[in-house]
Amino acid sequence: MNTPGEPPKVTNRSLAGRLFLFAAGSFAFGFALVPLYDVLCSVWEVGNRWTGEKAVAVVEHPQADRLVTVEFMTSVPNNGRWEFRPLVAALQVHPGQLYSAQFHAQNLSGHDTVGQAVPSVAPSVAAQHFRKTECFCFTPQPFRKDEGRDMPVRFIVDRDLPADVDRVTLSYAMFEQPALAAVRQ
Amino acid sequence: MAHADTHAHAHAHADDGHDAHGHAPSGIGRWLFATNHKDIGTMYLVFALTMFFIGGAMAMVIRLELFQPGLQFVDPGFFNSMTTMHALVMIFGGVMPAWVGLANWMIPLQVGAPDMALPRMNNYSFWILPFAFTLLLSSLFLPGGAPAGGWTLYPPLSLQAGDSFGLTIFAIHMMGASSIMGAINVIVTILNMRAPGMTLLKMPLFCWTWLITAYLLIAVMPVLAGAVTMLLTDHYFGTAFFNPAGGGDPVMFQHIFWFFGHPEVYILILPAFGIVSEIIPTFSRKPLFGYESMVYATGSIAFLSFIVWAHHMFTVGMPLAGQLFFMLSTMLIAIPTGVKVFNWTTTLWRGSISFEPPMLFALAFLFLFTIGGFSGLMLAIVPADFQYHDTYFVVAHFHYVLVPGAVFGIMAGVYYWLPKWTGYMYNMKLANWHFWLSTISVNVLFFPMHFLGLAGMPRRIPDYNVQFADWNMVASLGGFAFGLSQIMFVWIVVKSVRGGGVKASARVWDDTVSEGLEWTVPSPAPHHTFDTPPVIK
Repeated sequence: MNTPGEPPKVTNRSLAGRLFLFAAGSFAFGFALVPLYDVLCSVWEVGNRWTGEKAVAVVEHPQADRLVTVEFMTSVPNNGRWEFRPLVAALQVHPGQLYSAQFHAQNLSGHDTVGQAVPSVAPSVAAQHFRKTECFCFTPQPFRKDEGRDMPVRFIVDRDLPADVDRVTLSYAMFEQPALAAVRQ
Repeated sequence: MAHADTHAHAHAHADDGHDAHGHAPSGIGRWLFATNHKDIGTMYLVFALTMFFIGGAMAMVIRLELFQPGLQFVDPGFFNSMTTMHALVMIFGGVMPAWVGLANWMIPLQVGAPDMALPRMNNYSFWILPFAFTLLLSSLFLPGGAPAGGWTLYPPLSLQAGDSFGLTIFAIHMMGASSIMGAINVIVTILNMRAPGMTLLKMPLFCWTWLITAYLLIAVMPVLAGAVTMLLTDHYFGTAFFNPAGGGDPVMFQHIFWFFGHPEVYILILPAFGIVSEIIPTFSRKPLFGYESMVYATGSIAFLSFIVWAHHMFTVGMPLAGQLFFMLSTMLIAIPTGVKVFNWTTTLWRGSISFEPPMLFALAFLFLFTIGGFSGLMLAIVPADFQYHDTYFVVAHFHYVLVPGAVFGIMAGVYYWLPKWTGYMYNMKLANWHFWLSTISVNVLFFPMHFLGLAGMPRRIPDYNVQFADWNMVASLGGFAFGLSQIMFVWIVVKSVRGGGVKASARVWDDTVSEGLEWTVPSPAPHHTFDTPPVIK
């Protein structure tokens, strides 16, 4: 490129200009990956994109001849102070039918705060068949100082629950979210 | 390789004496308006060291919380911020600026150029960085806290961040602009500014690996800029690149991110390959075995880095053909990397080896980086990766290649060239202590993470099952020891900068093998070098 005694064939400014164009091309390539990804996904029939199918309402028929026990549990990890308990310890449910349960939480921290409940379903094979249609765990829950209230969860245990499962445990851990509390003020 | 003619040597000395304007400008203006490659290199290195300690302090918070099971010191949201910020600060603030700093200092000296090709842009690319990191770090004090969705910024989680989101994205844009300008400067310097007779295949390997790194940077940093721009418009302007409800796909972000992300990991490690390829011959008193194969191996690794990205995301689901392709292409990287390890080992073979601090760090690099490479091969195997994904095994793997890999490479380079920069030898005894404490503690810190990961401990979680308690405590103790050991590094460098002690000669290491032009100028290297190009035979 650079023979002795001769100036370089390309000036620094022009070489730098070409390299900036190269970088601009890379920036454009990043965006070009979006349509490229669409094409590859449709060729291989993979990806999570909306394909234009319409949602279809499904009517669930309760399975009257089967009873499953759903137990409710709560726990409070050590980063906040709460009273937190289910109003009933367990329900007998028919798969395919919508039920509602209440949990009571009270803020014992002595100041306004925000709680976030994190759900867990055991055994793990049952988790995908336990459908929550409404839950206080979907959103952060603001509490004023000393405030206590009941919060609902509505759920369906679906009919595909494996036959050998007759007991499902729904447990919640309640975390304090001071960072979110700060945002909300 | 390169032999500078004695005229150049004599000239550099003469310069020192007669050149009144050759002295460095004084005052704060010297640094604010710096265009001298050595001054800018120094600023980059000081900045990187500062970030190394800020990122390190975050790692200490992580290890403190993981010292015992349960939640003791920080709340889970802040813990997530720490893991996210630790990664961003160490990658973009620690390792990358350290490499650019070493490139600034050494590349003009090694190719016989008077300065970097574009000195004013050089100033600009450095001074963007403090602003970028002020933005990023200030998000720690915002309502909602610093970004906590992981440094990979996967949507939809990253889109749920609070006010920190915009700051993080703009900080990443600025870091990207800085590295692109730095990379362009390196390429133009190497392609246009080499001294007469310094052909490409006579260049020291540090220049070669940096040239290839610079091309990787301008190819992929803009892709990251594009990806985070899409996140930005998704968050604030109602686009739906990654929102399925609007026709987007969150998995697409992972593909675009890792198209940047995999070349990025080679950006972090390739310059270390170059430094080790210079240190091992110097202290083995033998020329490097297989110089040209080193260049081709580096090029092959850089090429392969573009076609392996999806091995970071096997578990999101992809066609079998895709899994096989990405598994096999990933394993292919072991071949050029094996060539390099073979060449380094063969250079050592029957060498007259001595164990000064740069050599110790280079040997630790050779051994420990290879361990990180092997765990990488295990992760490349698709069915095994399904088990290892998002466990501490992955954390162990990438910390082995980044800490005793990239960071030890940087430290080896600093210990190798520090006498050239300051004109004084540093305290060898303390440097040996720093080496042994660092090497032992880094293994105590990261090796147990392999066991934790194989036993199933997930990453990025502040609490863990009691079965993981013992090894976590060991890892934390190693972490605290490693963190404290680095204070010695600062002490050694500061002592050497302040002078006193043994003066360094121009050759510094009194060997006959190292042929870089930096050894033909006096120590400390004068403010201006190679005003007249040296002639290379």
